[in-house]
Order: sequence, then C-alpha cells, then structure tokens
Amino acid sequence: MLPPALTDRQLAAVKAALFLAALLPAAHLAWDLAFAGLGPNPVEALQRRTGTWTFNFLLLTLAITPLRGITGRHWLIRLRRMLGLYTFFYGTLHFLTFIGFDHAFDVDAIARDVLKRPFATVGFAAWAIMLPLALTSTNAAIRALGGKRWQALHRSVYAVGILAAIHYFWLVKATAILWPILYATLLALLLGWRARERIRRYGPWPSLPKVQEIRFFRK
Amino acid sequence: MPILRLPKIPAAEITDPAVYAQRRRFLQATAAGLAAGALHLPAQAAPAAARGEKLPDVRPSTWRVDEKPTPFETIVSYGNFYEFGPDKDSPAKHAHRLQTRPWSVFVEGEVKKPQRFAIEDILKWAPLEERIYRFRCVEGWSMVVPWVGFPLAELVKRAEPTSQAKFVEFVSLADPAQMPYVRVPVLDWPYTEGLRLDEAMHPLAIIAVGLYGEVLPKPNGAPLRLVLPWKYGFKSAKSIVGVRFLREMPRTAWMKASPAEYGFYSNVNPDVPHRRWSQSHERRLGEFGKRPTLPFNGYAEHVASLYAGMDLRKFY
Repeated sequence: MLPPALTDRQLAAVKAALFLAALLPAAHLAWDLAFAGLGPNPVEALQRRTGTWTFNFLLLTLAITPLRGITGRHWLIRLRRMLGLYTFFYGTLHFLTFIGFDHAFDVDAIARDVLKRPFATVGFAAWAIMLPLALTSTNAAIRALGGKRWQALHRSVYAVGILAAIHYFWLVKATAILWPILYATLLALLLGWRARERIRRYGPWPSLPKVQEIRFFRK
Repeated sequence: MPILRLPKIPAAEITDPAVYAQRRRFLQATAAGLAAGALHLPAQAAPAAARGEKLPDVRPSTWRVDEKPTPFETIVSYGNFYEFGPDKDSPAKHAHRLQTRPWSVFVEGEVKKPQRFAIEDILKWAPLEERIYRFRCVEGWSMVVPWVGFPLAELVKRAEPTSQAKFVEFVSLADPAQMPYVRVPVLDWPYTEGLRLDEAMHPLAIIAVGLYGEVLPKPNGAPLRLVLPWKYGFKSAKSIVGVRFLREMPRTAWMKASPAEYGFYSNVNPDVPHRRWSQSHERRLGEFGKRPTLPFNGYAEHVASLYAGMDLRKFY
C-alpha cells in the first residue's frame, strides 16, 4: 500500500496533508467551543478531548519506527518529528486547560496540586519531559547535540508514554477502565516491538564473538 | 358486497407504537454510539429528556439557596446512574427503559411490622414542596437543583421503627431487564445507601419525586429518590424500592467497592480530600472556573451539630 520511496515533491505533499489533518481535532474542538457547545461540563469535555488527542498523537509518533521497520518504508521517519510536535501541541493545550480552568493560573495552587495529587504529578512530569524534546526538535539542535546524544535524550519519550498511561488509569473510575487498558496495550505493543528488536540485534546479554567453525578440506 | 376486501388484522398483531418507538430509539442510540465510538469522542449532547407531567399543588419552601438553578436540560443530561451505564450521559440515553409504574417501596427490619407502600399512596403523604438545593458530586462538579419532594421523616414516621433501630438502609432497583449495567459487577448490586436515624430525621433530608415542578425524570432516579444536600451526591440513592431499619451501620455499595475512598458519612468537606483528588473546589456545571467548596456544602449551620465531637477526617 505504501510506496517504497517518495520524491521530494511527494514527501512535501504528504507532510502538508498530515499537517492539516493533525489540526482537525483542534479545529473540531474550537468549533464545538464556539458554536456547538461542549455539553453540560465544557471544561471536562475540553480536558478529555485534548488529553485523548495527546495520547493518540503519542501513539502515532511511537508507531513510526515499528512501521518503518516492518514495511521497510524509510521515508516514514520523516513524518515523525511533526507527529511528535503535535503530541506536544495537544499536550500543551491539555496542560493549559488544567492550569487555566482548574487553577486560574495560580502558581501556588498548581504547585500544590502537582505535588500532592499523584495523577497530576505524573501528568505534569509527562508534559515536562516533552518540553526539552520539543525544544531540541530542530536540525540545528540535532547537530549541536550530536546524533547519539540527541537520540539518547529523545528516548525519554518512552517514559512519557508510560507516565501518560498511568495518568489515564488514575484518572478514570473502575467502571471505565477499558479505554486506559486499550491505550496501555497499544503502548506496550509499540514499546515491546522496540525491546524485541534490541534483543534480536544485540541479544539480551553482551554477546561473545562467535567461534568460527574449523573446516578441513576433504582429504 | 364490498368492492375491496381489507385484510382483517387482529389487534394483537398490530405493533404497539410504544414498541416501534423504542426500536427507533434503540437504532438511533446504537448509530450515535457507533459514530461516537469510532471517533472516540465523548458522545454528543444526549437527547434532552421530554418534559414531564406537571406535579399539582407544589408549594414553595423556605429551603432555597439564593443561587441560579442549573438548567433543566443540564440536570437531566449529566449525572451518574451506573445501573444505566458508566458515563455521565448514560442515564439520559438509557433510563427511558425504566418502568416507574407499578412501583412500591418495602419497609423491613427493626420496624413494628414489615409493610409495602404503593407510590400512589406515598405521593399523598405530605404536601409537596419545592426545595432549591446545592448538589455536590464527589467527583468535583456541582449544580443547583429545584427538587420537589417531602421530608424523609414522613417515611420514617410511617415505617414505625422500633427503639432498636439506629440506622436506615436504602435499596435501589436492580432489574437487569430495565437496567443493562446491573449485569456488570462494578458495584455489588443492588445499589444501597445508608444514614444514621437522626440524619434521616433531619428536615433537610427529603424524598424527591419531582424536578422543576414536574414528575421526576427517569435519568434522575424516578419515581422517588433521596436528596441529602450536605452529603456527596452518591449518598442520595435513586429509584428506591426498599428501606431497612437496622441496629448496626450498614456497609453501602460504595463502601464495599472502595472503602478507602468512600466512607459511610461522606459529608461534603473541602478539608478532607478524596484519595485521588482534592475536594477544596468544585466546578458548577456550565462554568469554566472553579469555586471553593463549602463545609457541609453550605449547610453547616443546619447539620454540623449532628456530627459534634466526631473527627470528620476519620469519619469521612
């Protein structure tokens, strides 16, 4: 289904389409806020929807590498940065609804909530970890850090995923546990694929150099 | 001889309009549910419940908070009624299946004699009053509700509890034919709630049978429910079918489900947080900011004496 390679023009078109598509949830939310209404508890609706879309984009971002590995479509990697930045964008909207609507930007109240409520603590931590990743997403930052260090830093996105899953579990009541289970399962599959790749490539233990079999010529 | 012979259809074979209306509602609800599920969005505004029948001779009461009542549409479309589903809009979507007639309430336990009261008689016990109360959910949202009802004490009086009775347990309907989610073991069905007898006798505690001057809508716990404005909303059991008078404190459905989070008293208290969130503030439905939560939901001057000398952190 996916073409094996894209020309620069095709890639630019795919990126433009993805950029617009990723804005649709925000546009839909803005439309509902302005015209259709968000139901009896609009803030809850805003928080749920921005939170859900943050997690959706996080999973999409984390799906790029496995998808590329499985399909061999290497151009997919060139969409990853945009998806990651959209994760940060929706995460920031989500965070703003929390500090704005829940605490009227009162720094003391925010700090107290973040320190005292485990579910706010992990949510805040997830957002805080994303912040340096968003800031170092430019080509210049990659060059400045060097590929290896940049990659090590950006692996902390796995922690963001795990924190997001915990945040979701703690948020819902036992009666509505199915959605967090689904999201955590998808996350586990995406992280599990990476773990398996690592083991496949490097082995679970430091591997010994393979002993060459000695073959004698047939006499 | 008739020119045209019309087929004779026995009355029994003609589909009752109520049945096909139900089928249509089911199809619409299913389609809407699938669409919402596919997008994983919160289901769109639930169909507003039809306005009910006006209740006759409702008197205003002096128990009315001086705050703007929450709109009728909001009160019927947002709430928890787990018998109909786990979401806030589940009751509005599914409570139409609730059959509120015939209805009766049994009384048993520490009483002179066990008996059963029919809803028609219950409605004649006392003059109906409108009480505009604050309503604070344990989840952190709140509203202002113009209930119609009568004091719970009227029921206690007619039940004739013995001197041994110290607690009252309320039992809600749990009929899987009407309530799809009582098949799901999220709570130990039927839903039960409880009060100390002196709490039940307090004039603020009412049996509500109406809302906005009309017959209580099904999503809000028709045909009769408790309303205890100084306690978190879940204490105000809906669609009550039984009342038991007890010597010992009963374990309520929520105490069994999560004892660390839900205590027997569950009085609104901004100083005692829920295990997972603060109770210091609340969001009035429809508002964007939060407002401070008041001790006993603003009814401290009337009810605080019931708990004199008790450590409210321990008895949460």
